[in-house]
Amino acid sequence: MTDNILIKVKDLKKHYNGGAVKALDGIICEIRKGEVVVIIGPSGSGKSTFLRSLNLLEIPTAGHIYFEGTDITERKVNINNHRQKMGMVFQHFNLFPNMTVLKNMTIAPMQLLGKSKEEAEKQAFEMLERVGLKDRADAYPSQLSGGQKQRVAIVRALCMSPDVMLFDEPTSALDPEMVGEVLDVMKELAADGMTMAVVTHEMGFAKEVATRVIFMDDGKILEEGTPKEIFENPQNPRLKDFLSKVL
Amino acid sequence: MYLTVFAKISSIIEDFKFVFFEDLRYMKIVEGFLNTLKITAGALLIGVIIGIIIAAVRTSFDKNKESMKLRGGVGYYILSFLNFLCQIYLTVIRGTPVVVQLMISYFVIFVSTDNGVLIGIFAFGINSGAYVAEIFRAGIMSIDNGQFEAGRSLGFNYFQTMKNIIIPQMFKAVLPTLCNEFIALLKETSVAGYVGVMDLTKAGNIVAGRTFQYFIPLFTVAIIYLVVVMILTSLVGRLERRLRKSDR
Repeated sequence: MTDNILIKVKDLKKHYNGGAVKALDGIICEIRKGEVVVIIGPSGSGKSTFLRSLNLLEIPTAGHIYFEGTDITERKVNINNHRQKMGMVFQHFNLFPNMTVLKNMTIAPMQLLGKSKEEAEKQAFEMLERVGLKDRADAYPSQLSGGQKQRVAIVRALCMSPDVMLFDEPTSALDPEMVGEVLDVMKELAADGMTMAVVTHEMGFAKEVATRVIFMDDGKILEEGTPKEIFENPQNPRLKDFLSKVL
Repeated sequence: MYLTVFAKISSIIEDFKFVFFEDLRYMKIVEGFLNTLKITAGALLIGVIIGIIIAAVRTSFDKNKESMKLRGGVGYYILSFLNFLCQIYLTVIRGTPVVVQLMISYFVIFVSTDNGVLIGIFAFGINSGAYVAEIFRAGIMSIDNGQFEAGRSLGFNYFQTMKNIIIPQMFKAVLPTLCNEFIALLKETSVAGYVGVMDLTKAGNIVAGRTFQYFIPLFTVAIIYLVVVMILTSLVGRLERRLRKSDR
């Protein structure tokens, strides 16, 4: 059972101003292979901070994160090697504006995995085909719609063949009519068995796709369970209050 | 009436011939012009290299000091020390006149050589590096932090992220300001004559002194500077348009 655990978080803390602000206050959590973990909670609850600490974009104040058995919070660990195995998708896409879609997707595999240009481009085209953007390979990000940008951002991360994908509010910056196309790609990814951790406000996605839902507030995990348990039978009063506002 | 205009023009042509072609004095101007170009180009190269290194150290310190402190280790102390050195360099170089720096280079640091052009390249390069560093730093800071995060999350280390993602974008952002610095540098090299370097200005001055004619040599020199600046501006403009094709 233990070798099934991909990410293990032990008593993770992130404090600002010497402890006056506790963005994360003792998070304990495990993510197993193939799970789709959706993290929900009110804004300022620490859910984005939590997700961003998983690949150390935020350096935690205390606690440990084990990724594939290695404690990546250890100073001696080369975090760059582990980040290659953790794809990340951002709220604001963060595509490289000076590169074409194809270049966005091939630069990291070519430089970091030592792939040849042909190999990397072949893989990129296959990925683009999957998300229906093969004909936009030579476009620049500024020529794409928000939904297209986010789909490219997802496949850019997938080009590194990660073991887990982290999504930081992937649909929050999109026009409503474009949310669906991005969620569809994510659903497909989940169906393929990708391990995913998703911070989102899309409760529909959480209900439909999540294998587990985590509710966070004030930097703590207040409740977790299957979507059924969380949405149909919430226990924590703050979760009840949160759901009454968003559903 | 026409006759007097004609006489005037032909007398200017006569003067021009006398000033530049008697005793092959135009060779002085050519030599000076080449030296000015050599000093400018060399100083530019040194300035850009110094500028990138200093801007990288300074922005890396500003961006990473909190997280490096948290992760512990000696990295933080090394980086703060480098940052401190960079700040001293910037303060000293920007706080003293370039002519003084040039004279110190020539009369104090490199007493053993009298290759004025090399000393000029060194002195103007060191000087320009300080200004270019701040231009680059502003450029790096203007780039959205999300670009850093995207690079790092793909697994690039800090320097790979800088090289592959940030610096290409920064160059585009700072090109107009950088062009400004190049123009300023080209014209600043006109003080190289202070340490006996035969640059364009000095050459013009020598020709003027030998012929007792000031109008023609000095205007010629001014026009040469102007034309070089115009060519430079148009080249940079063309480069800018090429880089801008991704913002359509």
